[in-house]
Amino acid sequence: MKKILVAALALVLVMTASFAAADAIKIGVIGPLTGPYAQYGLAVEYGAKIAAEEISAKGGVQLEVLAEDDQGDGELGVNAYNKLLDDGVTIMLSTVTSGSCAAVSDVAYEERVFMLTPSGSADSITQGKDNMFRVCFKDSAQGLASAQYIVDKGLATKVGVIYNNAQDYSMGIYQSFKTKAAELGLEIVAEAAFSDDTNADFSVQIAKMKDAGAELVFLPIYYTPASMILQQANAVDYAPVFFGVDGMDGILGLEGFDKSLAEGVMLLTPFSADAEDELTKNFVATYTAAHGDIPNQFAADAYDGIYALAAAIEAAGITADTSAEDACEMLISVFPTIEITGLTGTMRWDASGEVDKTPTAVVITDGVYVGVK
Amino acid sequence: MIQFLSYLVNGISLGSVYAIIALGYSMVYGIAKMLNFAHGDVIMVGAFMSFSATQYWGMSPMVSVLVSVVVCTLLGMTIERLAYKPLRQATSLAVLITAIGMSYLLQNLALLIWGANPKSFSSVVNIGTLSLFDGRLRITGETVVTVLANLVIMIALTLFTGKTKMGKAMRAVSEDRGAAELMGINVNATISMTFAIGSGLAAIAGVLLCSAYPVLMPTTGSMPGIKAFTAAVFGGIGSIPGALIGGILLGVIEILGKAYVSTELGDALVFAVLIIVLLVKPTGLLGKKVHEKV
Repeated sequence: MKKILVAALALVLVMTASFAAADAIKIGVIGPLTGPYAQYGLAVEYGAKIAAEEISAKGGVQLEVLAEDDQGDGELGVNAYNKLLDDGVTIMLSTVTSGSCAAVSDVAYEERVFMLTPSGSADSITQGKDNMFRVCFKDSAQGLASAQYIVDKGLATKVGVIYNNAQDYSMGIYQSFKTKAAELGLEIVAEAAFSDDTNADFSVQIAKMKDAGAELVFLPIYYTPASMILQQANAVDYAPVFFGVDGMDGILGLEGFDKSLAEGVMLLTPFSADAEDELTKNFVATYTAAHGDIPNQFAADAYDGIYALAAAIEAAGITADTSAEDACEMLISVFPTIEITGLTGTMRWDASGEVDKTPTAVVITDGVYVGVK
Repeated sequence: MIQFLSYLVNGISLGSVYAIIALGYSMVYGIAKMLNFAHGDVIMVGAFMSFSATQYWGMSPMVSVLVSVVVCTLLGMTIERLAYKPLRQATSLAVLITAIGMSYLLQNLALLIWGANPKSFSSVVNIGTLSLFDGRLRITGETVVTVLANLVIMIALTLFTGKTKMGKAMRAVSEDRGAAELMGINVNATISMTFAIGSGLAAIAGVLLCSAYPVLMPTTGSMPGIKAFTAAVFGGIGSIPGALIGGILLGVIEILGKAYVSTELGDALVFAVLIIVLLVKPTGLLGKKVHEKV
C-alpha cells in the first residue's frame, strides 16, 4: 500500500512538473556532442541555449533547447531525432553536420517536422525539401565567393588547394572553387587531398604546393588541420598567402596556438569573435563566462538560428500546444518573410531555404582579424 | 633526389612516432597476451598532461614530460589493476572488449576534463631545424629527437628484458605463464610492471607525437594507436626490434605512397602492404613462429 502511495505521489509530481514546463516551446538540437567533432556540436548546443535563455528572459516567447548526441553520424542522428520528438520537441535546430543531416532531413521531410540547420552547409541538404532551411552559407556559395574575391583583388595568379576529401563541406567548396577558377582564368597549379584519418602529416601536401610555385594556397577546411598546415609550412619556410573560408574561423581561439603562424592568413567569414559591435561583444562575454572558450562560428550560427526561429514563431503565432506538423507548415510559410540581424549579419531567407547574407573578408594581422575593404 | 630524401626523412620521422607507440603495444601483447586498445588513449592523456603542465601550471617542457610519464605510468597500472586483472582467467574476447571500453572511457573523461575544443601543443623540443644542401633538405629538431628517443628506448628495453631479473621474469611470463608461476615468479607483479613501462612509453610517445603534429584533442590517440598496432603486427607482434622496424617502414610507406601515388591513398597503401606481408609471412617481419603443442 505504501509503495502504491509513493508511486502515485511520484506520478503526480512528474505530471505537475511536465505541465509546468509545458509553456515553453521545445527546440531540438542534434549534433556531435562526443567524438572527434564534439567541438562543433557542443558549440551549437551552448550557442542555442544562450539565445533561448535570453529570449525566454524577455518574457515573450518561451523556448527550451534540448540537445541529443549523434556523433556526426546519420543513423545515430535519426535515433536522436526520434528521442527528441518523444521528449516533446516540435521544431528542430538541426543537424550540426551535413553528413548526419542527409539522413535526418529525409525522415523529417516525410514526417513534416521543420528543420533549420545552423551549420549543415552541403548544397544537397535543402534541395527538394521545403521544410529545410539553413543559417550558414551553402558550400558552393563559399567556393564561388572565394575564387571571385581572389581574382577581383588580384591576390595571385597561381593557386594551390589543400582539401579534405573525406568531408562533404570541404569537397563542396573545393569543387565550386575549381569550377569558378576555371571560368575566371585563375590557374590551379597544385591540388592535394587528405582524409580525416591522416590529418597529422601534411609534409607531402605542402611540398606539392611549394614545388608547383603556388603563390596562394586555398584551404577549404576547418581550422584544426589548417593550424597544422600553417605550422608545417613554416617549418619548411614556405610562406604563400593562405586563404580560408568560414571553417578557418576559430584558429585564433585555438588554445596554445602560436598566432604569429597565422599572420597574413585571409578568410571569408560571416562571423568573427573579435568584432567590435555590441551584440558580438555581449555574446562572446556570456559564452566565455559560461564555457571558458571563445565561441566559433558554429555557436554564432546556432545563436542566430534560435533568434530566427523565435522571430518566425512569433510571426506565425505558434504556441507550445501547436503540433510539430502544424508548426512545420506555419514556419514554412512565414520563414521567407522574416528578417533578423544577428551575429552573422542581416539575414533573409528565400523559399528554397537558402540564407541571404554577406561574408566579410578579414586578414589576420598581429593576432587579430582586420577587416579588408 | 633531394626531394626523395626529404620525403624519406619525413617518413622516418612519422614512422619513429609509430614505432614508440608500437613498442608499448608489442610489450603488453608479448607478456600479457592481450591487445590493449586503450594504449592510444594513454598517449592522448600523456600529451594532455604535458600540455596542462606547461600551459596551466607553468612548468618547463622537460619537467612536463616527467609529470606526464609519472601520471601515465600510474594510470597504466590503475587500468590494469581495475579493468584487466579481474579478467585474467576470462576469454581473450572479453578482455579485448574491456580494452575497447576502456579506450572510450578515457576519451570521454578527457572530453569532460579538457573540453572538446582542440588545443595547439607547443613543442617540447627546442633544437632548431637542421638545414642541408642549401636549405633544400630540412630536418626538424622534433625528427632528430624522436629518432634518437626511439633508439635509446629500444636499446634500454632490450637490455632490460635481457639482463635484469624483472626483465627475465617478463620473458618467462611471456613464454609460459603457468610454468613461470610455478617457478616462483609473481605473474601479477610482472604484468603490472609491463603496463607501467608500456604506459610510461606511451606518455613519451604522446609528447613526441604532439610536438611533431601539434593538434591535441580527446581523439588524438586513436588513429596513431591503430597505425602503431598495425606497425606492431607488421614487424611481428611481441618483438621489440620488430616494433621499431615495423613502425619506421609504415611511416616511410605512408609518406612515399602519398608523395608518389596519391595523397588520398597513403593509408590504403599502408594497409595493402600489411596484408601482403601477412600473406607471405603470417607472423610479421620479425615474428617468431610458435608451434602449438596439441
